[in-house]
Amino acid sequence: MKVSVAHLKRGEHGIITDVSSAEIPLKLLEMGCLPGSKVQLVQLAPFSDPMYLNINGTHLAIRKETAIHILIEKITNE
Amino acid sequence: MSKQINVALIGNPNTGKTSVFNALTGLNQKVGNYPGITVEKKEGICKLPRGVKAHIIDLPGTYSLNASSLDENVVIELLLNKSDKDFPDVAVVITDVENFKRNLLLFTQIKDLKIPAILVINMSDRMKYKGISLNIEYLEQHLHTKIALISTRKNEGISELKELINNYKSISVEPCLDTSTIDTEYFENLRKAFPNQDLYKLWLVISQDANFGKIDRDQMAIEKFKTKSKSELKYLLQRETIKRYQFINNVLKKGQTIDVSKATDLRSKFDGILTHKVWGYLIFFVILLTIFQAIYDWSSIPMDFIDSAFASLSELTKNSLPSGAFTDLIAEGVIPGLGGIVIFIPQIAFLFLFIAVLEESGYMSRVVFLMDRIMRRFGLSGKSVVPLISGTACAIPAIMATRNIESWKERLITILVTPFTTCSARLPVYLIIISLVIPEGRFIGLSLQALTLMLLYLIGFGTAIISAYILNKILKIKSKTFFVVEMPNYKLPMLKNVALTVLEKTKSFVFGAGKIILAISIILWFLASYGPGDKFNNAEEIITTEYASQNLSEDQLQHKIASYKLEHSFIGITGRAIEPAISPLGYDWKIGIALISSFAAREVFVGTLATIYSVGNDDVDTIKNRMAAEVNPTLGGPLFTIASGISLLLFYAFAMQCMSTLAIVKRETNSWKWPVLQLVIMTVFAYLVALIAFQVLK
Repeated sequence: MKVSVAHLKRGEHGIITDVSSAEIPLKLLEMGCLPGSKVQLVQLAPFSDPMYLNINGTHLAIRKETAIHILIEKITNE
Repeated sequence: MSKQINVALIGNPNTGKTSVFNALTGLNQKVGNYPGITVEKKEGICKLPRGVKAHIIDLPGTYSLNASSLDENVVIELLLNKSDKDFPDVAVVITDVENFKRNLLLFTQIKDLKIPAILVINMSDRMKYKGISLNIEYLEQHLHTKIALISTRKNEGISELKELINNYKSISVEPCLDTSTIDTEYFENLRKAFPNQDLYKLWLVISQDANFGKIDRDQMAIEKFKTKSKSELKYLLQRETIKRYQFINNVLKKGQTIDVSKATDLRSKFDGILTHKVWGYLIFFVILLTIFQAIYDWSSIPMDFIDSAFASLSELTKNSLPSGAFTDLIAEGVIPGLGGIVIFIPQIAFLFLFIAVLEESGYMSRVVFLMDRIMRRFGLSGKSVVPLISGTACAIPAIMATRNIESWKERLITILVTPFTTCSARLPVYLIIISLVIPEGRFIGLSLQALTLMLLYLIGFGTAIISAYILNKILKIKSKTFFVVEMPNYKLPMLKNVALTVLEKTKSFVFGAGKIILAISIILWFLASYGPGDKFNNAEEIITTEYASQNLSEDQLQHKIASYKLEHSFIGITGRAIEPAISPLGYDWKIGIALISSFAAREVFVGTLATIYSVGNDDVDTIKNRMAAEVNPTLGGPLFTIASGISLLLFYAFAMQCMSTLAIVKRETNSWKWPVLQLVIMTVFAYLVALIAFQVLK
């Protein structure tokens, strides 16, 4: 199973491996959401949506429906 | 005198661009609109050393030159149009030291337009808290620019920035990225087709939907290159973004070091509480409660003062000027009308103060985050919260603030329901009626009147939400939803920024609404002071004869004559004509007049009543006392009771009494369909609710 940002738990980190460009708004890419960037889940709103992320130092919130299109590799023990 | 330097301030949102603008221009600024569109245009004058002046224009915040909104289009259109009178001689790109890398993306694009660009690194005082150090010399060399490290908070670096603007001619126009590396084949073809054009500018014209009417004479030829499908264009834009980040990363490798161990992170501590699943909502609610209590309690002192000051001014005018029609116009038309608007300055200023502080501190984004899921259930977006909250100031900027909602359906619904939120123009109506009909007691320490006001705000908000829910079910619009919100770091709001916002917004409210109110007051005074036919002209005779047997005192007689005259004046006749429609709601014909005149703008209501009542009743001084003395013509007893008062409050809560809002909705939705629907549905609904309320309560 592919792991996406939507699978992160609060405080967990990952490295973005792929963003499916058809589903991701350009604005998000411009804010640094690109393959190789480090992403951390800062906070979840109730029902795990939207998600408050820290992508390479940029703090932003996106909805879960967008988050599932950002594939990552989880980093453990950090 | 030498020529002015045209300066454009450009930057991402949340970089403190407005602070820099305020620091450069101070009070020498004005806010208008770009011609034909409702995007706010801020410009100002800055005095530079050696007597040079700079004309500064503060462009809307944008993350890149890839526009996704009207506001962002303004930025590219200006930067691509050399013949525009505002075309910048030099661009000042504002970046925030904490988001330096991301902010540089826009900078590289500006550079590629070959406009001289100064790089401002703002909030440099926070570097040491974040463990950031910059190699300025290296950055200047590799980004081909001049850098100003500034801190608007500490007022540092502003004079250095002015010096750089003064010497803008020495700044390199070397681009950052070779556009053709994005896709060699595609751009090679483009270059062959337009050998004389700048490649990056061509690319912007091709990839953006903005209106470049004046810019490209080769429009037809360019159309051919647009044949690439949307997804292919998007792919190229994505490649461009990646290339730019590669360039930036390379430069920053040597230009910036971040020692994370030195970073202190207050943000996560704040976020832990403010975005918490329970505390977050609780705090938001408490903040709202505080705002309403404060608006009500704090502003009552200056308001009482203004009310009595205008009353004595009117009295003074009447006594010191020679009596006649002109004096009456001033004392009974103009002064009470003006008083009706000036009195609400304290409250409006407080409201904008709170909104400005919430925006400046970064808290507003947290509210967006907290509310998105809930709002989505009603077909809205978390971003609808900002329009709905700013709707408490005025629906017009609120509707304009919906532009950053990415989904058209969510945006349309937000536009349609925003006029239900309690705008500051309703506030005058609410306040005066509440103070007349709601008793002064307290309930768990909060004043009953403040609670009523809060309840009205909740009703407005609730109606907005419920209508959104219904609209979401009815409207069949398919649109892709994207939701990206930046969560800026928390900042202590800067006094200067907040003060300027409050000043500017209050000013535009007073002058914008003031003009209409003054005009309507004068018209009303005229209509109330003159009338057709014998009944009006022979009022004195008729009344004197009628009451001849009753031995009335001179004062009583004069009073009878005045009200008889008013009844048969132009305005009285109009009011009488609509009375059958509104008396089931508990209103008399005077309120009817106020309802009609306040269709232009709600706040006219109070001014109208002030004018009408001061014409009809000279015994008491303030507007409030005059209203309290009114008698219900059909039922007897005071006109303003709990029943008629609540009926009026509800009518104003729901009715679409604002022409300017309708105009804005027309502009933003580009169709008459939506504003007309809004007007009809809201007015009918308001009438029915007010009718039921009065009939049940009376």
